[in-house]
Amino acid sequence: MKATPVSNCEKRFLLRAIEERQRLDGRQCYDYRNVRISFGTEYGCCIVELGKTRILGQVSCELVPPKPNRPTEGILFFNVELSPMAAPGFEPGRQSDLLVKLNRLIERCLRNSKCVDTESLCVVAGEKVWQIRLDLHVLNHDGNIIDAASIAGIVALCHFRRPDVSVQGEEVTVYTPEERDPVPLSIHHMPICVSFAFFHQGTYLLVDPSEREECVMDGVLVIAMNKHHEICTIQSSGGIMLVKDQVLRCSKITAVKVAEMTELIQKALENDQKVRKEGGKFGFAESIPNQKITAFKRGSAAVDTNNVEEQAEEIIAKAEPPSEVFAKPILHTPGTAQIGEGIENSWGDLEESEREEAAEEEGESEAPAFECQTMETEETSTMSETKKDEPIVLSDSEEEEVVILEPQELPKKTRTQTNSKQENTSKKAFNKRRKKKRAAY
Amino acid sequence: SSPSPGDTSVLAGLYGPAEVKGSKELSDRATLEVLLRPKVGLPGVMERSREQLLRRTCETVVLRVLHPRTAITLVLQVLSDAGSLLSCCLNAACMGLLDAGLPLTSLFCGVTCALDPNGSIVLDPTSRQEQEARAVLTFAIDSVERKVLSATTKGSCSVEEMQQCLVAAQRAADTIFQFYRDSVRRKYSKS
Repeated sequence: MKATPVSNCEKRFLLRAIEERQRLDGRQCYDYRNVRISFGTEYGCCIVELGKTRILGQVSCELVPPKPNRPTEGILFFNVELSPMAAPGFEPGRQSDLLVKLNRLIERCLRNSKCVDTESLCVVAGEKVWQIRLDLHVLNHDGNIIDAASIAGIVALCHFRRPDVSVQGEEVTVYTPEERDPVPLSIHHMPICVSFAFFHQGTYLLVDPSEREECVMDGVLVIAMNKHHEICTIQSSGGIMLVKDQVLRCSKITAVKVAEMTELIQKALENDQKVRKEGGKFGFAESIPNQKITAFKRGSAAVDTNNVEEQAEEIIAKAEPPSEVFAKPILHTPGTAQIGEGIENSWGDLEESEREEAAEEEGESEAPAFECQTMETEETSTMSETKKDEPIVLSDSEEEEVVILEPQELPKKTRTQTNSKQENTSKKAFNKRRKKKRAAY
Repeated sequence: SSPSPGDTSVLAGLYGPAEVKGSKELSDRATLEVLLRPKVGLPGVMERSREQLLRRTCETVVLRVLHPRTAITLVLQVLSDAGSLLSCCLNAACMGLLDAGLPLTSLFCGVTCALDPNGSIVLDPTSRQEQEARAVLTFAIDSVERKVLSATTKGSCSVEEMQQCLVAAQRAADTIFQFYRDSVRRKYSKS
């Protein structure tokens, strides 16, 4: 799908508004949109919402051999994905510039800043280390994916718990979460990116640009900083020329914003920790419905499966399995005869025949009618007779077992016999045929 | 839309009918594309096969002839997986189609049944129940006559057991369709 380009009048409108210090959503120049952090049931899973921009972060771990030139360090792997649902312009499988830029920024911000202690991820030097994998999925793009992604990344890393490991000499034991509580990663500091969008050749700047503002900006400056005022990454793109004190001013603003954001993250992590400890309900199923008016939540519903067996048997009894149908051979020409109508073969492609059988045995009225056709004459009357009759007693000696068939209800004991399904229907069909045979003689 | 049975959560996003690339264009109907993204890792073969199943199910339901030479893209993102993932995807897909207002012949829902080693049916199993089960069956059931739109099984079961699972799934479908109705009613009554 193609993204719709921004129209000229929209561009002009936005630029004029920025000149007058107005933003479309009424924010001030240095205001962030509302940040909401919610966690999933698994450790390391979180969704961060920056206004309408939504990012899902998931951390997972695996034991792998380490890199040959770093035998005592764990491995960090970052993957940012632009989901096609985020914006109409995002197509699957295409490495766009934005994606590459995002990936590189997140890597620099989280890996090169050494916020995660990789030495602690080592289990057996040179043989087994933990590989921590962070997957970020952009679910909705409403501007400033970089900031949201960095927040999601660091929150997911802080939230994640890896399985506990103990090494005794040569033996390494990895404990499951049930045996021993999983252990958090050791995180030194929390770098968070803050983006500044520049307009009118660097005259005006806005913090946290929305999607429309991003379309008309000249360039962007991204500063990643932690709460100790250490700059972890700085990147300026778009070809804007910035003066030194502009950059310094931006870094001061970043310090303020990062302090606020770090506090928010800490609070969110603590809340989640508390809820988990108290055994309350957590996870997306809980957090998402409460926030949206259009969401609807329903507790587990019991389904009445009491009469399932009887109903299934009824359905089976009503329909005739194809292999049981043998019609009179129809003679086409001398030497060519046809036995059976050839509706379906029960040895065809299993999936297909199951589906067809299921469709056929939905209780279509054609099935019993068809069954009638293939037998001898005067079907419907005898069938209805047998159905409404009192228990039929077979006094014939042809059949060794006396089977009493209740109308509409098949005795359970016949089900234990081999090929029971065919037995069931054949008993009823057999019964009818027997009746007719007796009547004929 | 984001239905979440228990802890399994799938987010569905729908785009379309919109412009389609030349090679995928169909002259008399809309092209339906389904993209399923797992939570961890890149999409693999399992995701592709699920996408195909979802696509075929949706194709039977969506009135594609009303929008020729367009593309309808359905994107599903797995938020968390705790069992019954395929039926959750089916439900998410249907609610997404419903919410987007695409013309449909009927609604559908997905139900997963697991067969215990001792033969009892478990509807909507958790991951552990799925692993211990002898067979796991997933049905897509339509809303008009509770017919089966698609069925997929993993493991072996007898034909009767499949019939029983099917009947149980049809019962469960009633509950799910009631849920659709309630949530849509809620959405339109409050906004």
